[in-house]
Amino acid sequence: MDLELLSRIQFGFTIGFHYLFPPLSIGLGLFLVIMEGTYLKTKNELYHRMTRFWVKVFGLIFALGVATGIVMEFQFGTNWSTYSRFVGDVFGSALAAEGVFAFFLESGFLAVLLFGWDKVKPRTHFISTILVAFGAHFSAIWIVVANSWQQTPTGHHIVGSGLTARAEIMDFWQVVFNPSFLDRISHVYMGAWQAAAFFVLSVSAFYLLKKKNVEFAMGSMKIAVVIALFASIMQLVTGHGSAATVAETQPAKLAAFEGHYEVSAPAGMYLFGWVDEENEETIGLQIPGMLSFLIDFDTETPVTGLKAFPPGDRPPVNLVFQSYHLMVAIGMLLILLAVIGAITYRSGHLFKIRWLLWVFVFSVLLPQAGNQLGWFSAEVGRQPWIVYGLLRTSEGLSKSVDSSEVIISLILFTLIYLLLLVLFIYLLNEKIQHGPVEEEIAEEGRRA
Amino acid sequence: MSFDLNTIWFILVGVLFTGYAILDGFDLGVGSLHLFTDNDTDRRLIINAIGPVWDGNEVWLVTGGGALFAAFPEVYATSFSGFYMAMMLLLVALIFRAVAIEFRSKQPSKTWRRFWDVSFCTASILSGFLIGVALGNIAWGIPLDGSHEFVGTFRGLLHPYALLVGVTTVALFMMHGAIYVVMKTEGELQKQIRGWVNNTIIFFIICYAVTTMATLLYVPQMAESIRQTPVLFIVPILNMLAIANIPREIHHGREFRAFLSSCAAVALLLATFGLDMYPNLILSNPEAANSLTVYNASSSQKTLNIMLIIAVIGMPLVIAYTSSIYWIFRGKVKLTSHSY
Repeated sequence: MDLELLSRIQFGFTIGFHYLFPPLSIGLGLFLVIMEGTYLKTKNELYHRMTRFWVKVFGLIFALGVATGIVMEFQFGTNWSTYSRFVGDVFGSALAAEGVFAFFLESGFLAVLLFGWDKVKPRTHFISTILVAFGAHFSAIWIVVANSWQQTPTGHHIVGSGLTARAEIMDFWQVVFNPSFLDRISHVYMGAWQAAAFFVLSVSAFYLLKKKNVEFAMGSMKIAVVIALFASIMQLVTGHGSAATVAETQPAKLAAFEGHYEVSAPAGMYLFGWVDEENEETIGLQIPGMLSFLIDFDTETPVTGLKAFPPGDRPPVNLVFQSYHLMVAIGMLLILLAVIGAITYRSGHLFKIRWLLWVFVFSVLLPQAGNQLGWFSAEVGRQPWIVYGLLRTSEGLSKSVDSSEVIISLILFTLIYLLLLVLFIYLLNEKIQHGPVEEEIAEEGRRA
Repeated sequence: MSFDLNTIWFILVGVLFTGYAILDGFDLGVGSLHLFTDNDTDRRLIINAIGPVWDGNEVWLVTGGGALFAAFPEVYATSFSGFYMAMMLLLVALIFRAVAIEFRSKQPSKTWRRFWDVSFCTASILSGFLIGVALGNIAWGIPLDGSHEFVGTFRGLLHPYALLVGVTTVALFMMHGAIYVVMKTEGELQKQIRGWVNNTIIFFIICYAVTTMATLLYVPQMAESIRQTPVLFIVPILNMLAIANIPREIHHGREFRAFLSSCAAVALLLATFGLDMYPNLILSNPEAANSLTVYNASSSQKTLNIMLIIAVIGMPLVIAYTSSIYWIFRGKVKLTSHSY
């Protein structure tokens, strides 16, 4: 297999696996702040128990995020060294800022969060919780800055040419606030909040079904329902903002999202469909003029189509079309679930409808799938560029690495990550089965 | 040596990696010695001695790597792609180290714990060793072509000098880790580990002496800057004094001061390395003209400037929270319900 494909598979696989964890830790950070804050304010023991339980779960998720995250930083250099030489001057500042401002904060105060219960005053513990949650949100900023710059590069100029060309920074704030950054960071945050909210909902629903830790489950659910509803509706808003920016800045990607080929014509929106890339047409159920309307509030506005780009400058259309549509479908489903959850929670029916509780138990998978598909659409939709319009993915590879080496590392990562996934699910399940109260007793037993 | 931005960033990247070596160095050392204890409580105590801090310590590597990427992209790109297999092994080791700490005590099964104990120890030794091998290669020089691409092989990186530096690094971390555990434990366990401190010091001094001889004989360019500016000879002398001071402090039961001495030894060792390397970041061997220096491998002056602002604002904060975390978790380690 060729080096480019292997390196892309490895990057995609390792980032996809890594991204199972950060959204949960970002979102759970918010939950912990709310729970512990409520405890300090009301002195209600229930919130204390909730905080302690979710802190433990947070710790496990965070550890996996750290272990798989360092792989990402290394991989720019190991597999994409030409790209690293090209972007280092621009991209490096964001990575360094992430390390200095966010990672130290997050991982340092995590220690207090996990191990500091008896070592510091409750108020100090709460401050640590806030700092960890803030650190988690803040680190996402720098990663999304770097990635958004790759999508919509601004604030730089190109120095040198050919093999030695590289992007150099002109204006730091223009790099940070590149055109797609704000839309994308808010989209990422809402995805993270959804991931955590449906995770908490899932665990709580499970307890209710098993009639275990009922009070705990209802308390956790109360917070989760509110956040799920807010984040799911806001996800539609930020998603729309993101798509409108893509229309403006990366027309080839938008055209691929909707399988829109005509050079310049009003475009509809497919509910589902199939792109026939050979014949350059898309078959499916379409709302005519809807895409034009969403971008410009006018069904007649022409949208640039794929035919405006030479075939070598187009992303793989059907793949992007399908992943994007699946993401949107999941987004809609999550809104529906969040609304049903909120209504039935308020009326008190939620706790009695067993099948609905089962739906919530499994709903945890949906935001995870949505987040993965969203990133997949964004990144594959940027192809064939690694830095949009400036550097092709095929030009970004490491010159001193050959495909046999990448095959070895890819096999290694696959085996290790499978092991990690199995262990993670096993330990997580165990924590959940033990529950908040029993867990404390189990710990006591282990110590003896 | 003039203090332009490039030199400042050479020093700052050096400071970050030194911070990593001092902090995660003892974690890796503790891990490397882990299997020498045989009962479960002792092993848990040892893991929990680094429990609250190892994760923050690893961030120094992440930030050091980020700073290297930002300040000297050519060095980051050349070394990470050139050392591909070694980097992959290091990642595997770091992943196993991290999850071993997290998973080990979550199940009472003996087999489960043994598996993670062995993983923890092997991964810690391997991490230290690979870091050392990389340093050895950077000093020895690696084959680079005119466009700074590595043109050697993985096997070629495993020459005796690099392997020697690898072993020396493991020895250094073991010594440093043993002293840290002495500081964090009490009673029988502490007594046992006191014995290790002496052994690890002897092991390290032997490795260090051999490495120094090998460096003077086979890598003479590494002594060039100190030869030219004799006053810098004070750095290796201070390093020796710091190492010599460790057994003295241990003997008097002043564990914290012994640990500080050990930190100083690590820092001075890396300072010697930095002085010897400057202005080179990676030597090219055989084509010395292709070496990467602070000038031909750096980002633009503008980026270096922006990063300096980030560092000036950020680093005092980092030092403030690192010290407050260490302050909160000061004293002897005890197992509680939150422990690993």
